[in-house]
Amino acid sequence: MLAAITLLLLFQLAGEAIALFLSLPVPGPVIGMGLLFAALAWRGGPPPELRDTAQNLLQHLSLLFVPAGVGVMLHLQRMADEWLPIVSSLVASTFITIAVTALVLRILHRHAPEQRP
Amino acid sequence: MTPRLNEIWVYLSASPLLGLTLTLLAYQGAVWISKRCNGHPLANPVLLAVAALVTLLWATGTPYRTYFDGAQFVHFLLGPATVALAIPLYAQLGRLKRMAGPLLIALLAGSLTAAFSAVLIGKLLGASDATLFSLAPKSVTTPIAMGIAERLGGLPSLTAVLVILTGILGAVGAQWLYALMKCNDPAIRGFALGVASHGIGTARAFQISEQTGAFAALAMGLNGLLTAALLPWLMPALMRWLG
Repeated sequence: MLAAITLLLLFQLAGEAIALFLSLPVPGPVIGMGLLFAALAWRGGPPPELRDTAQNLLQHLSLLFVPAGVGVMLHLQRMADEWLPIVSSLVASTFITIAVTALVLRILHRHAPEQRP
Repeated sequence: MTPRLNEIWVYLSASPLLGLTLTLLAYQGAVWISKRCNGHPLANPVLLAVAALVTLLWATGTPYRTYFDGAQFVHFLLGPATVALAIPLYAQLGRLKRMAGPLLIALLAGSLTAAFSAVLIGKLLGASDATLFSLAPKSVTTPIAMGIAERLGGLPSLTAVLVILTGILGAVGAQWLYALMKCNDPAIRGFALGVASHGIGTARAFQISEQTGAFAALAMGLNGLLTAALLPWLMPALMRWLG
């Protein structure tokens, strides 16, 4: 487990370094995810230890959003002042986005197999 | 006796231990409730845990900064967890390759829809510019969204909250929307949820199935990259057009 966590942190660190060096607007962990994905593709899969550690970590992914979520208490005044546009925008936009993405994917995916030679 | 207890509380509430322990307790309580409700989407663990913690901090008059001193250790794990998403993603490599074209087009459509519909609706209902800039990246995972909001001239900490709320909304509502649309393909369900609701949608997708989760993770990562690349260019034009 220790080796696997070290590996994840190393990939994150490499991602952060690349983001800083190339002054990319993308955060380091996302670049780290890309790097790890490339490494897995090159190696042909994760070692069992890394797979188990990742599974344990991702099992509690929801927990990791709690501290940032509690930050809502800093913005209660603005939320109270602008609740109508904020709530409407979040609710409508989230569901429109899910619907548009799913529909586009469904239409394209349905037609994709027939177009192949 | 009471003054002594008071001293203990003052001492403990200022140490990181309390914020960290409370976060873990609130989350495990939330998971327990969520299980008791058979994983009902409304009993979302993030929603329950955040509500419980905000109520507690508010009732005890504890500032967010004091709480975050402890909770930051949990927050820090978001980085390695994001990196770890490469592993379930890799497990879907075969399907990803077959669907690459449709996935990329759906991603572009979803990414633009997420930002534009949020800004448009907010503007029509009279949101301030700072709120609009904070709303624009709301479908992107927290660290990217905060970076984008800062570039646009929004409030990063407000964005973090809007991102979390968006995630909870998607995680809570997607199931009903998919039933309405008669959408059963785990790849499509996961991908659309990941585009709209980033990591919290992804966490929800992993509850549904491993495959749904992997496609959500892919969508979340790609949407983060695409939105970070496009929004700083498109947003000024959109704001000019809206007046």
